[in-house]
Amino acid sequence: MAENLFIIIAALVIASAFWVVFSPNLIHSAVSLIFTLFSTAGLYIFLYADFIAATQVVIYVGGILVLIIFGVMLTNSIDTPSIAASSKNQFIGGMGALTIFVIQVAVIFNTPWHIGTEQSRDSTVASIGNLLLNEYLLPFEIISILLLAALMGAALLSRRT
Amino acid sequence: MDSLQSYLIIAAILFSMGIYGVITRKNAVAILMGIELILNSANINFIAFNRFGGMENLDGHVFSIFVIVLAAAEAAVALAIVINLFKNIGSVDVDDADLLQG
Repeated sequence: MAENLFIIIAALVIASAFWVVFSPNLIHSAVSLIFTLFSTAGLYIFLYADFIAATQVVIYVGGILVLIIFGVMLTNSIDTPSIAASSKNQFIGGMGALTIFVIQVAVIFNTPWHIGTEQSRDSTVASIGNLLLNEYLLPFEIISILLLAALMGAALLSRRT
Repeated sequence: MDSLQSYLIIAAILFSMGIYGVITRKNAVAILMGIELILNSANINFIAFNRFGGMENLDGHVFSIFVIVLAAAEAAVALAIVINLFKNIGSVDVDDADLLQG
């Protein structure tokens, strides 16, 4: 049961990512990205990462994807039924991506990965909170400042002058 | 099926597709979608290594939270730039953005 579910989710991730990259219509790409991000959250649940899965759904699907769809809508006229997204350099891009993929597969199967002993655990939220407020306090604060600065900069860049 | 290698293969496929999208797409928003795919594949790697390397600590989860925050910041700034580009040259085709080429 769980195996079949894993295969379905993995196939969904790959198929929707394929359509994100190859769809000739930009809106279709954006909607397909929703499925990629949702099924990635499913993969996180398989990996015992409950908090990351929730964060993925809230931030990626609820925030970034809405921003991207706004970007598509604001920069193309709505009247055209199909918002075209033409491609170029397909051969060079395909060769480059294929080379990178082959190198990655070779590394994945030739490296003796360290597999730990403890393979399951309860909810991760409390441990992540402890880590963020003890060991990773400084990076956490720095990334908060970075996010604030980036959002203010985005508001400044896109305002009407 | 539920092994480290299968997750790494999924992440590698996502990464290669993101690279392909970034290289071949002409629309700036579509390039941004490719970047999101790449960041997602990095996140899957972090979480998979954390889970199969033994779950006694959760450093990989914290790193993937940082990656998600960076992706949010990057998407906001990039879309502001794209909208400015559209206002200035009337198109989001990255081939048309050659004002600095002299």
